[in-house]
Amino acid sequence: MTTIDKTASAPSRRIEDDGKTPLLEVRDLHVEFKTRDSLVKAVNGVNYSVRAGETLAVLGESGSGKSVTAQAIMGILDMPPGRIPQGEIRFRGEDMLTMSNEERRQIRGRKIAMIFQDALSSLNPVLSVGYQLGEMFRVHQGMSRKAAKAKSIELMDRVRIPAAKDRVNDYPHQFSGGMRQRIMIAMAMALEPDLIIADEPTTALDVTVQAQVMDLLAELQDEYNMGLILITHDLGVVADVADKIALMYAGRIVETAPVHELYKRPAHPYTRGLLDSIPRLDQKGQELYAIKGLPPNLTRIPPGCAFNPRCPKAQDICRSEVPILHPVTEQDGTDLPGRGSACHFWKETIHG
Amino acid sequence: MADPTKKDEAAGQKDGPQDATPNITEVDVADAASVEEVEAVLDAPVERGEPILQVRNLVKHFPLTHGILFKRQIGAVKAVDGVSFDLYQGETLGIVGESGCGKSTVAKLLMTLERATAGEVFYKRQDITKLSGRALKAVRRNIQMVFQDPYTSLNPRMTVGDIIGEPFEIHPEVAPKGDRRRKVQDLLDVVGLNPEYINRYPHQFSGGQRQRIGIARGLALNPEIIICDEPVSALDVSVQAQVINLMEKLQDEFNLSYIFIAHDLSIVRHISDRVGVMYLGKMAEIGTDEEIYDHPTHPYTQGLLSAVPFPDPEARDGRERIILSGDVPSPANPPSGCRFRTRCWKAEDKCAKEVPLLAIPERFAGQNTPAAHKSACHFAEEKDVVHA
Repeated sequence: MTTIDKTASAPSRRIEDDGKTPLLEVRDLHVEFKTRDSLVKAVNGVNYSVRAGETLAVLGESGSGKSVTAQAIMGILDMPPGRIPQGEIRFRGEDMLTMSNEERRQIRGRKIAMIFQDALSSLNPVLSVGYQLGEMFRVHQGMSRKAAKAKSIELMDRVRIPAAKDRVNDYPHQFSGGMRQRIMIAMAMALEPDLIIADEPTTALDVTVQAQVMDLLAELQDEYNMGLILITHDLGVVADVADKIALMYAGRIVETAPVHELYKRPAHPYTRGLLDSIPRLDQKGQELYAIKGLPPNLTRIPPGCAFNPRCPKAQDICRSEVPILHPVTEQDGTDLPGRGSACHFWKETIHG
Repeated sequence: MADPTKKDEAAGQKDGPQDATPNITEVDVADAASVEEVEAVLDAPVERGEPILQVRNLVKHFPLTHGILFKRQIGAVKAVDGVSFDLYQGETLGIVGESGCGKSTVAKLLMTLERATAGEVFYKRQDITKLSGRALKAVRRNIQMVFQDPYTSLNPRMTVGDIIGEPFEIHPEVAPKGDRRRKVQDLLDVVGLNPEYINRYPHQFSGGQRQRIGIARGLALNPEIIICDEPVSALDVSVQAQVINLMEKLQDEFNLSYIFIAHDLSIVRHISDRVGVMYLGKMAEIGTDEEIYDHPTHPYTQGLLSAVPFPDPEARDGRERIILSGDVPSPANPPSGCRFRTRCWKAEDKCAKEVPLLAIPERFAGQNTPAAHKSACHFAEEKDVVHA
């Protein structure tokens, strides 16, 4: 146990949140993939920021670019075929896209860590979980095997895996889905990063286990004052844990809002459609509202607003002009901090 | 027609009283000696609101073996262990539960894709677990299935026309050969796909469209019951609603009865008339959607409902959350007595000894409250939980 204290005393990198420099800031990020006969525009100008201790939920359907954005932040995008033609990813004010590989390696895992969706395929099946957890300490901090193992036991305890001491040498398949996801969380937490990106961390889990895992995540975030980017498609999970939400569609953010605001008064027809298509009590026996059509093919994003073919309010301007993320205000022009909507008719949508 | 006198007696006795769920209401069994008689019984229509499918003490154990040459059984995975319920004509019965609780095994048993270890499934008063040959084929025509994953349940080498038309090869009496192409196109039209897509392959369709193809295949033989195993869980939110609407429309149009298996509780509530909650191979609680969602009396149901994230941040304030600890125990070695007791906050000694029966709890018996529905708990009581 003594070794633990020594290594844990590495100077804490917590910043004082001066309210100016966000922990992470993504500016006008574009990501595209080149295939043999087409160009897939997965991310088309995404902007968002996270502060320490804050939870940003990035919401979207499959193919909306939410995971690709996260991979770009982590620097684990396959390049080629991936390409980042423009944009900035600033971590504490420094653009990570211009850094050298070695500099990025220093950040990855140590300052920004990621939790993946499918814990079974993200863990190496032929190595014990203790070895995989300890790898973080051995590689990043040059710890000895023995010290690293002691650290992994401590980590497993912290994510409340029962009998951690006996289970440290077990292999991933010997754990249940919820326990595996805890190990993934432990691995991400190992070096006490400033920011965690969780990509659909509970999608593969049952609701009762999902509640446990989300609780654990929130508790750890609180303890270490971490920033959290939660990527999900589940409007329910988001409502429970997020501070602010960025809703993505076809590689763009279509609406941003603090969590309470978004559910109460959506300012984009897509948000409204999503919320309306959740079955509600008073609609029993009636037809559910359904957004017509399908999400667009990313090689052929419709001109203008990408949502226009499915939008009930689409006008001519929607088919020709790409809407910017308008700041959303009250009817009398009062600012609504943190709110934005990429719709030409946001006023009508929120106030009409 | 058949003489409805024989009763179902032996159900569940084989396993001894410990595992039995003696909540068996009497089942009228059709007496049919020959295959022709069975077919006649199966062709007879069922009135709306009458039971069309009655499941009694259904058990499925998968043996665990040891050794290569001389296999000996060292135990069994008790996937389904004494499940009983009725499905009424024209209704939707939702079945919810965590993974590993046996809901998909129930679906396979009802489809006779798996043979039950014990227990009976009465379809139109005919025990289908005992049928074989022509009679079984006739039953299978009337009970169809829609699978969870539209990406793996459609053969990538077959055209949509072949996929939807394949049931006609097995049951040629439904559509004569010359008529099939037109029938398939009709089906495509019914599920909201362009009939001209008949020669396309599954990869040319999106997830929602593929699930429509799966539904069209399920409808091809004009079944009376469709068993839907997680039909929308692989789909995006905006597409889920489209498929749910389609399924409700088809139910009205073709007078179908659904068994709707899912883990998304809000969707189950939307589509179901009655809901059964399963835990570790047993039915924990069953009742109408209002009884289960607004007046749950089983602690597992309460925990499950409370764990569902609710898409309204206002609702989470001031709501009591029950977070169940731990995971579902292994069905190969389930806890004695009540199977939920290892995760239950109310568990007492009695729960370890006595298996609670799925029945209306005594304290609510005879009362006209929504809490008076079948619940397999010794200490069943209402608890207010916020839910979808």
